[in-house]
This record gives sequence, structure tokens and C-alpha cells, in this order.
Amino acid sequence: MGLLARAALDDLEQGIAALAHAPHEWLRRPETGLFMLRGRIGGTGDRFNLGEVTVTRCALRLATGETGVAYVRGRSHRHAELAALADALLQSPLHREAVQRTLIAPLERSTESARMHMHQQAQSTRVEFFTVAREAGT
Amino acid sequence: MYVAVKGGERAILNSYALLAQARRGDASVPELTLDQIQQQLRLSVDRVMCEGSVYDPELAALAIKQAAGDLVEAIFLLRAYRATLPRLGYARPLDTADMRLWRRISATFKDLPGGQVLGPTYDYTQRLLDFTLAASGEAQAGPVASPQSEAGAVPRVVDLLGNEGLIESHEPSPGDPEPVDLTRVPISFPADRAARLQNLARGDEGFLLAMGYSTQRGYANSHPFAGEIRFGLVDVEIEPEELGFPVSIGEIEITECQMVNQFAGSKTEPPKFTRGYGLAFGASERKAMGMALVDRALRATELGEAADSPAQMQEFVLSHTDNLEASGFVQHLKLPHYVDFQSELELVRKMRAAMPESGAEAA
Repeated sequence: MGLLARAALDDLEQGIAALAHAPHEWLRRPETGLFMLRGRIGGTGDRFNLGEVTVTRCALRLATGETGVAYVRGRSHRHAELAALADALLQSPLHREAVQRTLIAPLERSTESARMHMHQQAQSTRVEFFTVAREAGT
Repeated sequence: MYVAVKGGERAILNSYALLAQARRGDASVPELTLDQIQQQLRLSVDRVMCEGSVYDPELAALAIKQAAGDLVEAIFLLRAYRATLPRLGYARPLDTADMRLWRRISATFKDLPGGQVLGPTYDYTQRLLDFTLAASGEAQAGPVASPQSEAGAVPRVVDLLGNEGLIESHEPSPGDPEPVDLTRVPISFPADRAARLQNLARGDEGFLLAMGYSTQRGYANSHPFAGEIRFGLVDVEIEPEELGFPVSIGEIEITECQMVNQFAGSKTEPPKFTRGYGLAFGASERKAMGMALVDRALRATELGEAADSPAQMQEFVLSHTDNLEASGFVQHLKLPHYVDFQSELELVRKMRAAMPESGAEAA
């Protein structure tokens, strides 16, 4: 689900388009609202409310009965719909393998390579500071 | 007291049109797109999300465009829009130890597990105007990627040092209590630390910067060090009721600041280092640092310190952090106050008339 939520909308469109059209009905139409984000005091202590984030959610059912749910950061109804559709197709024995191959696996690869790229770029600014201490008596 | 006025409708409508024209500027200059604002004015976007208290870069970019770059006005627009959206729930606490880092530095220890990573920072730039940006705006190539080291969670500096007991540690209170939500209930004093942090998190950067600065200059004996500052991406996890298990809904950029401060100890506590905490949406380092300084200063009473400086007085600080409220109250002075002023005018006239003749002449 996290993978689908983080995916670029274009990648989702492409991955889903490659699959057979799956008719579905809404259990909950896409709806945008807010979740309150929280931190912990000092990173590890008591919780506190930080500020909100826009989230779009929806739920649907395939004609074959499987249900899909999506919660996606942001306000894109289309993104939530595609994520819920992929979620439902992943429950379906008929579609699971194809979704895994044409959508999930490429997303995993691109997410991993984007993370690695970010990490390497950040690491290129890794710094070693030396303290310039005055030696005693000289 | 404010007495309502009416009229001026046509003038107001025309001022809307004039404002739109002024916002757009010279029509022969290409219009800004939201993508351009998000990509090239990202620190403005981050500030508007932070103080607008809604993480949504696209909405923040729209607000900045509509406000012609006036960030406090943009914050107002974002807060107003926020009020139209339903609250769907509360997210699980962000795990900043699991941040995918763009930047992580410590001013207290040079050798750290995970290393010090400068990331994209203005800190070591020379602050000379770069006229090549004015001339061409060519995209700069990124840095040469470094192949070293595996990506993985990097522990927080303060957690590494907590072991010795020289620095205070933070554990959840028994039962991990539900924090107060200031978007639902107004703040009441004395406010606990969770409420204070929520207030500071949406507080004005300039105000927090100035209050933090005052603690460094001696108005509160805080003696701070930047124990750790990190900036990067964290996952947002929620637990929808229909699923019953946590799911990730995407990631956000965030800055965390752990300020470490000297503490002389008290009758019951040995001397040790205490901490102030800052957490802010996006790359908002100045904000996170100001927040951490003020958070620590506001703990004066808890730590048995004298609370006699402005930054240590929670009613003073927390009542004045919000730039929406401050701007609204200051700027309402521009609205017609004719009736109020008329009554004051009458009063002053009466007082002057009541004065002895000779005194009035002497003045």
C-alpha cells in the first residue's frame, strides 16, 4: 500500500493500463480530508500534534467480489482510485500475478533506485571535520 | 468596540480587479506555474506548509501565487482552505530515527555512527550574488554520487549519548497519553509540553527566531548546542478503522532539531544536559532551531529554573506565536473605526473643556 501511495501517478496509470479492464463499483467514493500528523517529544517521548496533511481515500469492489482500499497523501482522486484498484486486483487470484509483474515489481525497482540515488547524492556531502587543537607548550 | 460600517461595494469590487492585475504584473512576462513555485521556491512552500499547518506542497504553491509571494497572506489562505476539509483521523507518530536523510549534522560530536552529511545547505556558501542565475538560469548538474555505504536507518545523536545518563532521555509517559489538539480546543495555561510543541510547530518563524535569539543573548540562561539537526523523508503511517493495521500513505519532508542545553542540576537532580526539541515540515532549519530553543526555555518551571525572561513565560510566548492572529489583530486597525474614534474625540474635547482656563492657555 505504501508503494502504491508513493508511486507517481503516471507510473500507476501505465501499470494499470497494461492490465485487463476490471469493472468495479464504489464502496466509498474518493474523498479528500485531513489527518493530523504527530511527533514524539525529543523523538521518543510523549506524542504531540504537529500539523495536518491532506489525504485522499476510497474503497471499491471488483465485479468478482474482491475489495480494494486506498489512503493516499495528497488530493488526487485518480491516484486513490488506481491505488484501490491495484489493491483489489492483488486480492484476486486471477490478477495477482499480472499486477505483481507489471505494476508492483517495476514500482519496487524504481523506488529502490530513487532511494539509492538520493542516498548517494547525500553521501557525496559527507564531511569529516578536524579540530585544530593547539599543542601544549609549543 | 468595533461598530460595523456598510457601503463601498463598488470600490471593493474594483480593488479586487486591481489586486488581480497587480498580482499578475506585466502580462508580457510569462505567468508562474505551480510547478515552478514548488520546484524553484521550495523553501517558501515549506514555510507556508509549516505555519499554514497543512502538508500539501501544491496547495502551498497556489497560496503563494495567489498572495503574490506574501508568505503570511499565503499562510492565511492555506489555513482558510484547511477549515473546509473534514478531519479523517490521527496519524501514528512519525519515526524520525527512520528518516531517509538528505542532511544530518551535529555541532557537539564530530565522529558519529552514520557520519555527518551536509546535504543541500546554504551554510557554507559565500553569500555572493550569483549573476549567472540572472543571466541564464541554466540547470546545474547534481553532485558526483558517492558509492560508499549502504542506505539504512541512522540513529539519533541524543539517543546514542543517552546511555551515560549525562543527557536526559525521553520515554512515553505510562499509557502513552493522547495529546491535546489545539485545533479542537483552545490552549489553556499552564500548557503541557505537548500542547506547547503543537503551538510552536505552527508558530511564526520570525517570532520563534527572535525569542530563541533572546535566550542566547542572556534573557534565559539556556546555553544551547545543536546536538543534531536532520532533514529528510519520513513515512506517514495511519491505521484506518476498516483495515485494523497500519499502512503507509506516502512520505513527507521534515526537519528535526535536538538542542542540547546545560543544566546545573537541582536539589533532586544531578547536573546534566537537558534538551529542547524542534520539528518542522520541509526544509525549515531556522524554524526548527528557533522552536527547539523556545521549547527548552519554556521548560524553566519544570526544571526548577527562575522564569523571569520573556522566552520562559508561556502565556506571553504561546499567545503571540500565531502570525495569523497577530496579523489579523494588527491589520484590523486599518478597518473603519469612525464611531470609536468619534466617541474618543468627544471625550478628549470634554476633558479639555473641563480644564481650568489658565492651564489651557499656559499649554
